[in-house]
Amino acid sequence: MQTKSDIVHHYLRPKKKFPHVWCSGCGLGVILGSLIRSIDALQMPKDDIVVCSGIGCSSRLPVYIDFNTLHTTHGRAIAFATGVKFSNPRLKVIVVTGDGDCLAIGGNHFIHACRRNIDITVILVNNWIYGMTGGQFSPTTPTGKIGSTAPYGNIEQTFDPTKLAIAAGAAYVARSTVYHVDQLDKMIKGGLEKKGFSVVEVISNCHTYFGRLNKEGDAVEMLTWMKAHAMPIQAARKLPPEKMEGKFVTGLLHDEEKQEYCDRYAQLSEDLMKKTEARP
Amino acid sequence: MSNQVKLLQGNEACVEGAVLAGVRFFAGYPITPSTEIAEGMARRLPRIGGRFIQMEDEIASMAAIIGASCAGSKSMTATSGPGFSLMQENLGYAYITETPCVVVDVQRGGPSTGLPTKISQSDTMQAAYGTHGDYYAIVLAPSSVEESLHLTVKAVNYSEMYRTPVIVLLDEVLGHMREKVVIPALDEIEVQERRRPAVPPDWYKHYAITATGVSAMASFGEGYRFNVTGLTHDELGFPTAVPREIKAMLDKLKDKVVKNADAIAEFESTEMDDDPKVAILSYGIVSRAAKQAVAMAREQRLKVGAIRPKTIWPLSESKVRDLLKPVRQLIVAELNQGQLINMVKQCIDRNHTELIPLQKYDGELITPSEILHKIKEVKHHAN
Repeated sequence: MQTKSDIVHHYLRPKKKFPHVWCSGCGLGVILGSLIRSIDALQMPKDDIVVCSGIGCSSRLPVYIDFNTLHTTHGRAIAFATGVKFSNPRLKVIVVTGDGDCLAIGGNHFIHACRRNIDITVILVNNWIYGMTGGQFSPTTPTGKIGSTAPYGNIEQTFDPTKLAIAAGAAYVARSTVYHVDQLDKMIKGGLEKKGFSVVEVISNCHTYFGRLNKEGDAVEMLTWMKAHAMPIQAARKLPPEKMEGKFVTGLLHDEEKQEYCDRYAQLSEDLMKKTEARP
Repeated sequence: MSNQVKLLQGNEACVEGAVLAGVRFFAGYPITPSTEIAEGMARRLPRIGGRFIQMEDEIASMAAIIGASCAGSKSMTATSGPGFSLMQENLGYAYITETPCVVVDVQRGGPSTGLPTKISQSDTMQAAYGTHGDYYAIVLAPSSVEESLHLTVKAVNYSEMYRTPVIVLLDEVLGHMREKVVIPALDEIEVQERRRPAVPPDWYKHYAITATGVSAMASFGEGYRFNVTGLTHDELGFPTAVPREIKAMLDKLKDKVVKNADAIAEFESTEMDDDPKVAILSYGIVSRAAKQAVAMAREQRLKVGAIRPKTIWPLSESKVRDLLKPVRQLIVAELNQGQLINMVKQCIDRNHTELIPLQKYDGELITPSEILHKIKEVKHHAN
């Protein structure tokens, strides 16, 4: 019988020299496993999958997996992915990005990709901090929390990437955490199956910086916090607002059928070519 | 298909050239004075099975054409100074990842927003040295509308042959003026394709060190499953911190352009056959005025010639020295504060040839009579 770890090994790059760059206990390992299991469950051919990323801890993920991989510049992964997908719509394009990469420097590309509804799946790893550069606050760092560039507490408002994605026009928006692995597999699989722009926000732990600077403990303590504060959407809908204080909603937050960008362009192109041929 | 004769703008001629050369992917962002290229591509590409996308900015446009090239499309974007500045970030990515693509920069006055509707050649340095790090650019500069078509074809060819981004430098006047253009039939032009791997996927190295310095290139989705990264990488494309591999990668970027400089660098000479001691060096639209000035000077029995690099970078030192053998005084005419003259300085013997600047940067063209005036001034001092 094939075990979960056999499946993961089948998708890792044989030539790549491990170990990876992540700290021990980092949630990114869980996300890597979840992405691989989701792809395996859908039996997608390796050759047809392109995984793009930008810069940051999470953006190192594609280097380790045996697909077509494009590790790009900071914040720009979605724009590169748009070029890949639109050039060859047959390819399955996935973006792995972090909260700084996707929502600060890459915020504009994120919004406009949602608006176009191009068939790309974005795995947005949200650990509330810039990990690779050493713990600076990000657009999702909660107000009042400490970052190395917010030594007296973050005075900025935080924003919710799922609400942003829904408002900007994404077809599929979900949230899970690195603690809720079964749910995470389901959400990523759903995103991959969705024809259109899909966003899966994954709450992850950076105990090395966020945890240490904010005295929130090690990996296990941060995962325990996720377990205690995540509220599945089905349950959250039934709760009065005061009971949701301090909690966050997980699960499938938005799922909408609408025309996908590449399909729409292909249709336009086909119609125009027919017209050109029909001309005497 | 027979030849078509059209009255076109330089920008429109770029569209024709790109389509002929096989460009089937264009991502761009509106900016004066280059917008007609995007507009032309938006009309043409969906009719021929190509793809046009207007991105949210020039950073994204550059990113999208690189992504498209990785997926196998010949791709292009067009912009002007401010947008070209934004593209520099991902242009660096195209250099380090050796991804073919073409950027047309229709120059306007700068810095910053500068002069959106006025002419300038002040992106000359930016075209060759705009992004950070060590790399070697190929920059082509047409001087007529018809040549805008042919050098766009050549730019696409070079990008495929050398696996590198190629810049085409136009300017506001060339981009917008109309001239007669003979659009060649497809079988009349040379079209190059990137070299495809001849090895099975297990042996494939996306950045293989080869004798020519250029590696074969697979596309995403063909079974090769390689890694592309903007980090300094080894031959397989994985990040490296090994000194030997770092140097090898940077040497590769340099060698494939510098060692082929003689093949890439092209010049046009006017009235240089009788070895004039005074000559004018200029590129693009300025060389049109220079040619006219030479004709006017010759009518007045002044022995003068003109040299025009069609390739701004790489400047082939051997070719430049050869052309300048008879020349003791070289007037370098340009629409900026001396960007071309600085590049020329690097490859001439200044004990042999004196460089005389003629620079205009008030948003207007240099006129033939201004150049003639300079020729007379130089001749007068020489006598």
